[in-house]
Amino acid sequence: MVAIQHSKKPLVVNPLKVSQPIGASLAFLGLAKSLPMLHGSQGCTAFGKVFFVRHFREPIPLQTTAMDQVSSIMGADENIVEGLKTLCEKSKPDIIGLITTGLSETQGSDIHRVTKEFRARHPEHVGITVVPVNAPDTAGCLESGFALAVEALIATLVPESSVAGRRPKQVNVLAGSVLTPGDIEAIKEWIEAFGLRPVVLPDIGDSLDGHLVETEFSSLTIGGTPRSEIAHMGESVATLVVGASLHRAADLLRARTGVPDVRFGGLMGLADCDAFTQALADLSGKPVPARIERQRAQLQDAMVDSHFMLGFARVALAGDPDQLTMHGRFLHGMGAEVVAAVSAARADTLTDLPFAEVVIGDLEDLEQRARLRDPQLLIANSHAAASARRLGVPLLRAGFPQYDWVGGYARTWVGYRGSRQALFDIANLILGEHHEIAPYRSLYRDECADPAGSPVESGLVH
Amino acid sequence: MKTSDIQALLNEPACSHNQKEKSGCARPKPGATAGGCAFDGAQIALLPVADVAHIVHGPIACAGSSWDNRGTRSSGPVLFRTGMTTDLSDTDVIMGRGEKRLFLAIKQAIEDHRPAAVFVYSTCVTALIGDDVEAVCKAAGERWGVPVVPVDSAGFYGTKNFGNRIAGEAMFKHVIGTREPSPARPHPAGIRTHDINLIGEYNIAGEFWHVAPLFDELGLRILATLSGNSRFAELQTMHRAEANMVVCAKALLNVARKMQENWQIPYFEGSFYGVQDMSNALRDFARMLDDADLVQRTEAVIAREEASAHAALAPWRERLKGKRVLLYTGGVKSWSIVSALQDLGMTVVATGTKKSTEEDKARIRELMGEDAKMIDDGSPKALLSTYKEYRADILIAGGRNLYTALKARIPFLDINQEREFGYAGYAGMVELARQLALSIESPVWSAVRQPASWARQNTAGTVLAD
Repeated sequence: MVAIQHSKKPLVVNPLKVSQPIGASLAFLGLAKSLPMLHGSQGCTAFGKVFFVRHFREPIPLQTTAMDQVSSIMGADENIVEGLKTLCEKSKPDIIGLITTGLSETQGSDIHRVTKEFRARHPEHVGITVVPVNAPDTAGCLESGFALAVEALIATLVPESSVAGRRPKQVNVLAGSVLTPGDIEAIKEWIEAFGLRPVVLPDIGDSLDGHLVETEFSSLTIGGTPRSEIAHMGESVATLVVGASLHRAADLLRARTGVPDVRFGGLMGLADCDAFTQALADLSGKPVPARIERQRAQLQDAMVDSHFMLGFARVALAGDPDQLTMHGRFLHGMGAEVVAAVSAARADTLTDLPFAEVVIGDLEDLEQRARLRDPQLLIANSHAAASARRLGVPLLRAGFPQYDWVGGYARTWVGYRGSRQALFDIANLILGEHHEIAPYRSLYRDECADPAGSPVESGLVH
Repeated sequence: MKTSDIQALLNEPACSHNQKEKSGCARPKPGATAGGCAFDGAQIALLPVADVAHIVHGPIACAGSSWDNRGTRSSGPVLFRTGMTTDLSDTDVIMGRGEKRLFLAIKQAIEDHRPAAVFVYSTCVTALIGDDVEAVCKAAGERWGVPVVPVDSAGFYGTKNFGNRIAGEAMFKHVIGTREPSPARPHPAGIRTHDINLIGEYNIAGEFWHVAPLFDELGLRILATLSGNSRFAELQTMHRAEANMVVCAKALLNVARKMQENWQIPYFEGSFYGVQDMSNALRDFARMLDDADLVQRTEAVIAREEASAHAALAPWRERLKGKRVLLYTGGVKSWSIVSALQDLGMTVVATGTKKSTEEDKARIRELMGEDAKMIDDGSPKALLSTYKEYRADILIAGGRNLYTALKARIPFLDINQEREFGYAGYAGMVELARQLALSIESPVWSAVRQPASWARQNTAGTVLAD
């Protein structure tokens, strides 16, 4: 059982946490012809936009209801109606995500009522779906904001039905915010290898994977889950849920459609990957393809090769709860030890982690604990680069944001191949830090002429 | 902040925009607004003060997605890069614990980090729930003997520009004039020292370090820069300068004007971008300081620096000559960069003037001729169509438009504060030329505009290929 410690400081120093509205926006960026709009002051959106642009190196559609001094105090319902109307007229999206912020939540805005009012006043825009999401930044983190949006999407777009399995080859995937575009691509290929057809909600693998298209400019997302596909999720044969943060969303989808689900805490490491493969074999009734058997064997080989470096390796982790879970299980499965773990927010699943302690806190907490426990490696977002430098250990970048690194969004962590590459990378980072035993020079030997000794090649450490 | 205070701050007689509609007054349009808020602007203006603990008082969104994302550099303390926020929770907001939490947060910042001062930025939520940030700062400052400066910068007060002005106002009200400068140490060359300030220079990517040695050489002591690579104690002494330069920043004119009114410090507006403007800035200081010897020495330095800059730029001019630029930046930069680009023999086919004043526009006409194309619409669509229409070779704009350009397969140079390269001063021009050539001459453009051999038609990037 993990001891969960809450950082009790009044001042958060070097924040790890990213806000819920940002997480909710990300979910909408994984839908086709979609446009999130934050109900707050224009800065809420501007900061969010810069945040995503620097991480994904993509133009990011994100709008604002632009609350000002007067509307913040006198009421900003009209901002919502006007904002929705403007987006409908100018951009003609399929889906608008209407997301609250700390400002509009503190004000007490009722976005659900105003959405109905918009519908009544502007029946001409009936073809455009508006999905209201309450995501104040006074609670949760990116991951929980993302989950709230997925829940709202299911509540708004998946009709209640009892036709589960009508499309016997269709499989739903509820993809948590822990998954990168590269991860989602890998998951889709994995599913398709069994002759199944995945419907991924939300599919940032299709919209934020970074690809040049013929369209030079769009005010909406390019790629992502089409609205029509979401409406038919009730006809799938099963739902695969990746990330415990989506359990509430998964409960809702199952309750509305009766589609059975299988849930995965992460898809890294042999055991987790095997569970996913087994589920696909069961669902499809097909044998595991030779290609996947081969990838599995490659992962096994990498595991034995790298266990010298990863065994007993001391790792410090910081991230949202699902990321801690996925990386924590993976490292534990290799015999590594998580010596310091900081989560951006609390979550029930944290208590199941194979660590001694998890702190709900910031990067200062991580750095202070890591300093006491002498890690060899840090796994966290780009903000931890300064901490890693001060600690004198390498950083493997994971999670949001990764602004000082090209292609972090494209990295594949999950699956047999993704896990294998993660093993290689972690092993190499640890090898690079390998500390040789300091040479001892006997007082009986005449060695003073060669003060440094001959350099020892690091690389072979058997 | 009261509405009347906002109105008073919006009225800036020194600003040539003042006669027109005030940007902060114009109501932003829901669903069609881009750009940062007043908090963003206040932070941009003050965060480079390196030895200060900058505390964002509000829930996580304000600091969480924005901390440590500036390109500004410090030669000493790096405390400004440590992200600090009170990270208010639901219960803090509902139970009204914001003020208490802030008070303790200030204590923690002072005890753990020993800052020269603490700046507290209020945000939308803390303004809305009515936290008395000014009172908390006053009490905390008295209690722990460290200056604690409130910056009343709720995002909903207005735009990023307005936030700059709020920041300037906070410095004027609480910091400038609270300490006397120590006497300047004698100049090694035995020349007379003059004290000056720079307002609106942010030492992006360390670019001011290209310029700073010239100030030393001329005997110009920079009492303080607001705010690139500055220290709190320096800002306190700004009132003793003999002249102020406002660097590319209309939004901080309020500080220069008030210093003129209160302490009779003259100021001028200028820029360090481009050989011509760099020389003009040095000349303006010499003229304003009314020192014949300085004027003479300044001309000698300018002659020497221009000669070496021209020599260093010669090979780049050859490569960049005749290349066509579409420039989209705000305000002063709309002309200061024009002259820098013309220095390089490039043709500026159009420039953005959304934030420019009539005066700025007159400068543009002077530089680019009467039919200079000025663009107000900075939407990606408008930029791309202007690019095509004017057959430009590169788009120069802020980071926000970076991926607009790259998605359309066109060369790009980032000119705003997030950039990684320093372009100021004579030496910065060479870096600017290098970065321009790097993007324009890159082999990737023809590669990515080329259709695959199996594709029937060239559709991708046709805008540029024809």
